[in-house]
Amino acid sequence: MHKIGVFVCWCGTNIAGTVNIDEVVKAAAEIPGVVAAQNYQYMCSEVGQKLVKSTIKEQSLDRVVIASCSPRMHEATFRKTAQAAGLNPFLVEIANIREQCSWVHKNKEEGTKKAIALVRAAVAKAAGNTELIPGEIGVEHRALVIGGGIAGIQTALDIADAGYEVDIIEKTPSIGGKMSQIDKTFPTLDCSACILTPKMVDASTHPNITLYTYSEVEKVSGYVGNFEVTMNQKARSVNMEKCSGCGICSSKCPSRTTKSEFDEGLRNRGAIYTPFPQAVPNVPVIDREHCLKFQSGKCGVCEKICPAGAIDYTQEDTKITKKYGAIVVATGYDIISLDKFGEYQYGSHPDVITSLEFERLTNAAGPTGGKFVRPSDHKKPKKVVFVQCVGSRDKSERGKSYCSKICCMYTAKHAMLLGDKYPDIESYVFYIDVRTPGKNFDEFYRRAVEEYGVHYIKGMVGKIFPEGDKLLVHGVDALTGETIKIDADLVVLAAATQAKPDAEALGRKLGISTDMNNFFTEAHPKLRPVETHSAGIYLAGACQGPKDIPETVAQASAAAAKAIVLLSKDKLVNNPCVSEVNENLCSGCLECTHICPYDAISAKELEMNDHGKITKRTVAHVNEALCQGCGGCTVTCRPGALDLKGFTNRQILAEVDAICQ
Amino acid sequence: MREKIVPTKQKQVLEQILEISGEHIQDCIQCAKCSAGCPATSNMDILPHQVIRLLQCGQIEKIAASQTIWNCASCFTCAARCPREIDLAKLMEAVRLTLIRCSGNSYLKTASVPEKLDGKMPQQAIVSGFRKYSK
Repeated sequence: MHKIGVFVCWCGTNIAGTVNIDEVVKAAAEIPGVVAAQNYQYMCSEVGQKLVKSTIKEQSLDRVVIASCSPRMHEATFRKTAQAAGLNPFLVEIANIREQCSWVHKNKEEGTKKAIALVRAAVAKAAGNTELIPGEIGVEHRALVIGGGIAGIQTALDIADAGYEVDIIEKTPSIGGKMSQIDKTFPTLDCSACILTPKMVDASTHPNITLYTYSEVEKVSGYVGNFEVTMNQKARSVNMEKCSGCGICSSKCPSRTTKSEFDEGLRNRGAIYTPFPQAVPNVPVIDREHCLKFQSGKCGVCEKICPAGAIDYTQEDTKITKKYGAIVVATGYDIISLDKFGEYQYGSHPDVITSLEFERLTNAAGPTGGKFVRPSDHKKPKKVVFVQCVGSRDKSERGKSYCSKICCMYTAKHAMLLGDKYPDIESYVFYIDVRTPGKNFDEFYRRAVEEYGVHYIKGMVGKIFPEGDKLLVHGVDALTGETIKIDADLVVLAAATQAKPDAEALGRKLGISTDMNNFFTEAHPKLRPVETHSAGIYLAGACQGPKDIPETVAQASAAAAKAIVLLSKDKLVNNPCVSEVNENLCSGCLECTHICPYDAISAKELEMNDHGKITKRTVAHVNEALCQGCGGCTVTCRPGALDLKGFTNRQILAEVDAICQ
Repeated sequence: MREKIVPTKQKQVLEQILEISGEHIQDCIQCAKCSAGCPATSNMDILPHQVIRLLQCGQIEKIAASQTIWNCASCFTCAARCPREIDLAKLMEAVRLTLIRCSGNSYLKTASVPEKLDGKMPQQAIVSGFRKYSK
C-alpha cells in the first residue's frame, strides 16, 4: 500500500469559483492509499510548494497528486518540488481540474463531481508510477534560422556572437526582407537601409554564419537538439565564387517583361537580376521562367559579356542535408491582396497605390529616384489621401479581423515625409481609430497633426471615383457628421498585413502549429512568447503576428537567447517516459518499427538456451535516446509487449476504472 | 448562434429591431464607411453610421425623429462594403417596421381588403401590406 498525498489548488477563483475545494479535499482523503489531503490558494507559489515539501517529509509520502492546472503549465514545477523533498520527480501526478473542469463548466455541483472523479483517476495512476531516471542525449551545436529578414539576421548574429554556428536559409535571392524595401523608419525617421545593410554585411561575413539564399526547407526530421534538415538550394545559374557583383549582366539583359518584386511592380526587372543594389549576397540570379535563353534557347547575352565568366546555364538545384540543435522560424509577413476591394480602384487606376509602393516611390533608389510623382503622368501631386484599415479589422471574407498594428504609424510617417520634402502637398488621413501605442509613437503621430498640419478625418472612405485626372474620394467625417469629397491626386491604401501564404505548410514540416490567421502559435502568449510547443523550435518576428521593427528585433534576440540556452548544453536530459519491451511477450513481428516516427525501434536477436540447444529469436529493441514517448508503438503492439513507462496500460486502465466507479 | 447584446435602455423596442433584422449592432466600430458610400446622404439629417450608434445607445427616439430611415432606399451599398458584416439596410427596415408597429395605428384593416382587390392588384402586395402596415 502506498502513501499518497493529494494537494488541491484553488488557483484563486479559477478553480475555486466552480469547484467546491473542501468537498474535493474531503473526498480525496477517503480514497484508499491517500494519507494526506491538503489545499491551498496557489499551490505553485512558494508557500504552496513548501506545503508539498513538508508534507512529503512529515508523512513519508511516496506518491504525490497535485490537483491543479494543466500538466503543461506546472508539472515541471511540482516535479522539482518533489525532487527537492527527496522524492523521484516521476512519482508526481497532475489532475487537471482547471482546463478540464472548472474552465469548461459553470455549474459548481457538476464541477465538483468531475473534479473528484479526476482526482480519483490521478490517484489510481499515481499508485502505478515507478521511479524513472532520465537519460541523456547529445546536442548538435548549430542553429538554423529560417528567413533572412531583420528578425532572422538579428537572431543569427546573436547566436553567432555567442560562438555557435548558424545557418540562415532565405527563399529570395537576397537577405534583408521587407525592411530593405522601406525608406525611413519610425519614430526616429532614420534611413532604413543605413541601419539594415551593415547587419546584412555582418551576417554574410561572420565566420560562424553560413547563408543559403534562393533556398527552401524541404524536410525536417528529428527532435530537440537533434534536427535533420534537408534544404533545396535553387540554381542561381551564376557561379557565386566567380561573380564580382559588377551588375553588367543585369543592365544589359534584354528581357524586361517581369515586374520587380522588390519595387512592388512599379518597374520591370531583367530575367537576370539582383533584387536591389545593396543585396547580400551581391550575386545576380537568373529567373529561368522569364529568361530568353532558358525559354527559347536564344540570347545568352549575359554569358557573352560577363567579364568574370560567372554565368553557368548548366547549374542545377542542390540538396543539402545538415544537422541542427535548434531552429528559429523568422519567415516574416506579407501584405494582403486588394483584389476584392473594388471600391478603392486599386489595380484599375495607377494613382491608387499601397503603402509599400509609396515606400518605393519615395526611396532614393526607387523607380523615380526618390522624386515623388504620380505613377500615371509623373507629375507631382498636390492632394494625397491616405486610407487606413483597408482589410484590417475586417470581419468579412475580404479582409482580416485583426488590427495590423503598424499602419497608423507608417501612415503618419508617410504624411510627415511628404510635409518635410513638399510642404505644399495637402495630406488627408481617413482612419477608424488611431492606434499608436509604443515608445514615442503617439507623440510621433501628434507631430503629424500639430506640426505638419496633416488632416486626420475619423471615418472610412466609401468609394473612389476617377474624374478626369483626379480621384474623387467619397468619405465622411464621423465626428462632425459631414460627408466629404476630396479631389485627390494620389490615394495611398494601408493594406492589412498577413502571414506568409506557405506558413501552414512550413509549420507542418516543422511540427508546429498556426492559428486561424496562419500566424505561428507561441507556446504561451505571456510566459513563453518565443517558444513553440515543439521543443527546440523558436519564433521570431512577424511570422508570429503583426509587429514593428523594435518589437521584431527584441523578439529576435529573445529567440536567439533561448536557442543559445539549448546549444550551450553538451547533453540534454531526455524524457524517461519511453517505451519498454517485454521480451518474453514479444513475437518479433516488428510492426512497431514501421510505425515509429522517430525510428527509435529496431530488431534485436536473442539467443536462448532451450534444453541444451541454442536457438535465436527476434524481438523489438527500443533506443531510449531516440524514443520521444509518443506511445504509438504500444497501440500497435498486438501481444502487448510494448508499454510506455509512466503511462503503462495498467495505469491507464486503473484511471478508467477510477472514473467509472 | 450568438446571443444578441441589447442595451438596457429601450430594451423591448431594441429586441424587436434586432429580431427583425438579425443583425449584431455591437459589432459596429463606427468606421462610417456606410455613410461615406451612401448615395442618399444629401437627404438625410443624420448619417447612416449615426443610426447604428444611436441604436447602440438605445436612443430610438432620436432615430424616430429623423428623416434618415425614410430616405434610405435599401440599395445595400452599405451592407456590401461593411468591414464588420453589419447589414445596415436590414436595420433601417427593421427600425421602420418597429416604428410603424409602435405608432398605435393600423393602416390596413382586414375589412378593407375586399374593396382594394382588383384584377391588377398582386396578392403579394396585400401580404406585404399586412406585414408592414398592420399593428
